[in-house]
Amino acid sequence: MKERIDFARNAEAALRNPFLQSALRTAMVRFRSLRDAVVEEVPEWQVLREYAYATKMHVLANLDRYLTRLEANVAAAGGVVHWVRSGDEAASTIVDLARRHKAQTIVKSKSMTTEEIELNRFLHAAGVQVAETDLGEYLIQLAGERPAHFVVPAVHKSKGSIAALLSEKLGIPRFDDAAQLTRAVRGELRQRFFAADMGVSGVNFAIADTGTIVIVENEGNARLTTTLPRVHVALMGIEKVIPRLADLAVFLTLLPRSATGQRMTGYVSFITGPRRAGEVDGPEEFHLIIMDNGRSSIHADRAMRECLACIRCGACLNSCPVFERTGGHAYGSVYSGPIGAVLTPLYRGLDVGRDLPFASSLCGACEEVCPVKIGLPRLLLELRSRIVRRRGASWMDRLFVRGWVATMMNPTRLRAAGRVVRILHHLALRQRVPLPYPFSEWSKARDLPPPAGPPFRDRWRS
Amino acid sequence: MRATLFVTCLVDQLFPQVGEATVSVLRRLGVEVEFPRAQTCCGQVAFSDGFWPEAQRLARRLLPTFADVPDIVVPSGSCAAMLREFYPTLFRNQPWLAEQTRRLVERTYELSEFLVDVIGRDDVGAYFPHTVTYHASCHGLRGLRLREQPLRLLRQVRGLQLRPLEGLEECCGFGGMFAVKFSSLSASMLETKLRAIEATGAEVVTGTDVSCLMHIAGGLSRRRSPIRAMHLAELLAAQ
Repeated sequence: MKERIDFARNAEAALRNPFLQSALRTAMVRFRSLRDAVVEEVPEWQVLREYAYATKMHVLANLDRYLTRLEANVAAAGGVVHWVRSGDEAASTIVDLARRHKAQTIVKSKSMTTEEIELNRFLHAAGVQVAETDLGEYLIQLAGERPAHFVVPAVHKSKGSIAALLSEKLGIPRFDDAAQLTRAVRGELRQRFFAADMGVSGVNFAIADTGTIVIVENEGNARLTTTLPRVHVALMGIEKVIPRLADLAVFLTLLPRSATGQRMTGYVSFITGPRRAGEVDGPEEFHLIIMDNGRSSIHADRAMRECLACIRCGACLNSCPVFERTGGHAYGSVYSGPIGAVLTPLYRGLDVGRDLPFASSLCGACEEVCPVKIGLPRLLLELRSRIVRRRGASWMDRLFVRGWVATMMNPTRLRAAGRVVRILHHLALRQRVPLPYPFSEWSKARDLPPPAGPPFRDRWRS
Repeated sequence: MRATLFVTCLVDQLFPQVGEATVSVLRRLGVEVEFPRAQTCCGQVAFSDGFWPEAQRLARRLLPTFADVPDIVVPSGSCAAMLREFYPTLFRNQPWLAEQTRRLVERTYELSEFLVDVIGRDDVGAYFPHTVTYHASCHGLRGLRLREQPLRLLRQVRGLQLRPLEGLEECCGFGGMFAVKFSSLSASMLETKLRAIEATGAEVVTGTDVSCLMHIAGGLSRRRSPIRAMHLAELLAAQ
């Protein structure tokens, strides 16, 4: 039996880490204010969100058509398309390609999808060296950790701990200056880029009409990853396809503003097939791996389908008061925050992820900022109902809710129960007796309300 | 003008003075208030905790209780949002209830929304000579889009000095059973909210939901803070 992700315990650990708390709070508040400032500049923001949602839902409703069109156009541009069902299959396809091209070293640009399938683990096992080239991902790889955030994977690391890590692994002095640290990594990565036989990237958007994949980044490492090595392999989930190049105008307005509060990222790469005759740059071969890995079963699940519209901007993480206090690792999966609390139970099973949908106050901040208008609170509620239906609730919870409902089904019963509760309430306030669940949990950080006297229904005079 | 009061279970049992304040504000404005005595709870506690069949039992009880009555006024953004936003979800497999649900949804208003948007009164003739800060509860704010209505009402209260709250739209950490199941996380969110409230220097923190206010008051009391948490209706009823 697969182990349940114990979110409450993970959250407790995060709350006891004062550095993590202050680093996350600072980063999240900063991301929120950067985002809000550039979103305000776009008068038609809500219209763009509607359009993006409608476009994504339209694609999902016609996924077969758009994916085959994408395949045809990638092939027409000289690329090779591989269809894979699972993460393992995707990883072994990449390993096979590495073997076929006798690739000793691989460079990788930042990609959530490769994290999802734990590609690096497979490559290591196959004896292929792989280097992450996004600064944050590089640090995470050196530390042997997993990303703590979609966009800023090393958000949980301080400058001091990064300096110590780099000093230990690269044998450089413990610089105090971020620019010096970055320069050291840059020098290191340059060598990897020149030596790499193969580049692996993710895909932000794949354009069905033109067979183009689009990669959004700031450091230029994805540009190098996709152009310098002889072979470029891009991995995408089936949900990443969009119909037309024109749709990109909308998505490229929404994504950088939502993700990092930028009007546009430093680099946006449009890649249509490998290097053509007469061109000087680009790989000799371009492979696009189109992966399912659980997505088609979410696709078939009409109530949950819209979570496949996610463009991985991380805005829901940045707006989430829970994520702000736990960071990404607590979610026990590469997908964290509100969207992770939806995706993980769907990808890994309702039993494994059964705590996650409950770990939200349903404040709705995530839905408000989501650039593709995913109704995250509604999806969390839907999952909660499924988990309870599959007997995923604790007996205390069942007892409390069923008792509540039984009481509320009948005003006479409510009046009687109210009287008993008022007496117990008085006793609890006076005697400081240990309280039963759920009041025991409540009173850890909050006092009970003062005694109320007769209920409103007894005071009512028409 | 007539209105039907859905007082909510929490107000009925724990904060009856908020129900009385709601009635007194409405009557002062010439609204005739009805109170169907069969009412109990909207079922949100069960619904949010994943117990949908149980929530449905309460919702199916509420529908006939509030069928064919004048506009329904709720002194809670959260319970009003439950009726308006989630009853249609709850009854999606009971198409025969769709019409009844639609009529309920159309006629349900949170109190500040009813005062400002339906009867068009910002000034309800209140006098409350205190410094006050306002916390925007999430379900009212995002579910019902109550951004301006409570503030417009507060600005017209004589003697009241409104102090802006930093992180006004950040959740206080209540979230129903969330406060119990993830007590430490909820407490950390509450801590942030309490610090912001204390930083305003206000004597009173107000809002549209007794649930969030009960959470905030519970935290204030634990800190021995002199700041009082009061429902918007109580401030509007003061003269």
